[in-house]
Amino acid sequence: MIELGKYSTTVLAAYGVSLALLAALIWQTWTANARARRDLEKQENRRNG
Amino acid sequence: MSIWEYANPVKFMRSSGAALPWIVGAAVICTVGGVAWGFLTPEDYRQGSTVKIVFLHVPAAMMAINIWVMMLVASLIWLIRRHHVSALAAKAAAPIGAVMTLIALATGAIWGQPMWGTWWEWDPRLTSFLILLLFYIGYIALWSAVEDADSAADLTGVLCLVGSVFALLSRYAVLFWNQGLHQGASLSVAPGERMSAIYRYPLYLSMLGFFLLFLALLLIRTRTEIRRRRLAALQAKEARA
Repeated sequence: MIELGKYSTTVLAAYGVSLALLAALIWQTWTANARARRDLEKQENRRNG
Repeated sequence: MSIWEYANPVKFMRSSGAALPWIVGAAVICTVGGVAWGFLTPEDYRQGSTVKIVFLHVPAAMMAINIWVMMLVASLIWLIRRHHVSALAAKAAAPIGAVMTLIALATGAIWGQPMWGTWWEWDPRLTSFLILLLFYIGYIALWSAVEDADSAADLTGVLCLVGSVFALLSRYAVLFWNQGLHQGASLSVAPGERMSAIYRYPLYLSMLGFFLLFLALLLIRTRTEIRRRRLAALQAKEARA
């Protein structure tokens, strides 16, 4: 077990906030890309088919 | 082969698609490795375990400034050579830069409370970072507010030029105004000021990880923007037919 001493709340809060913000950014990037790809494929299929 | 070939969206999509799996893999290994290694480092004799925050705070702050510089270069390429991919890359980079600035500000405030006795101080570096965050938000808002994509790219390009003053100020504020709570460079090469190797190596890895993470997210987001632009063009063509 890692000992964080009297600053455990401070360290965990910093890591928690940072990782939550990074996770939100990655999730938003991923979903927006998937949606754009799906919409474009649908449009191209309609145009070609 | 010229770099300007990548200004062609088809060429960009093909090259970035091939490189992405490798960049994403390297970004995951370096970011997780660097941050986890940093978390496992021993306590500092003065700062205690709060020293572990440096492995998030410094890479995020470094990226916050450098992403704006990248946006400046991409905006200049758009304004001078009118390459659409560069304008879309600048647009794609802005939310990543805003999140990096937010992480730098949040971790700085959380770290500052036990070390300085305050969450916030109107210190030159802290203040210039806050202004940089406001510029990022303004830049993103301006892209959304202007309907015509080329006009939006022109206006945001000019905003990017103006905001560069604050991006550079946030880097050099401590040197320009030798006052405030914030320290100078964390990674000094000056004798006697060099960070211990126990902290320096995980910090290097974390910085590399944050850079690769930015690169991976930038490529994915630029690809998203190119797809949206193509979709809009096809929809406009269909509406005209």
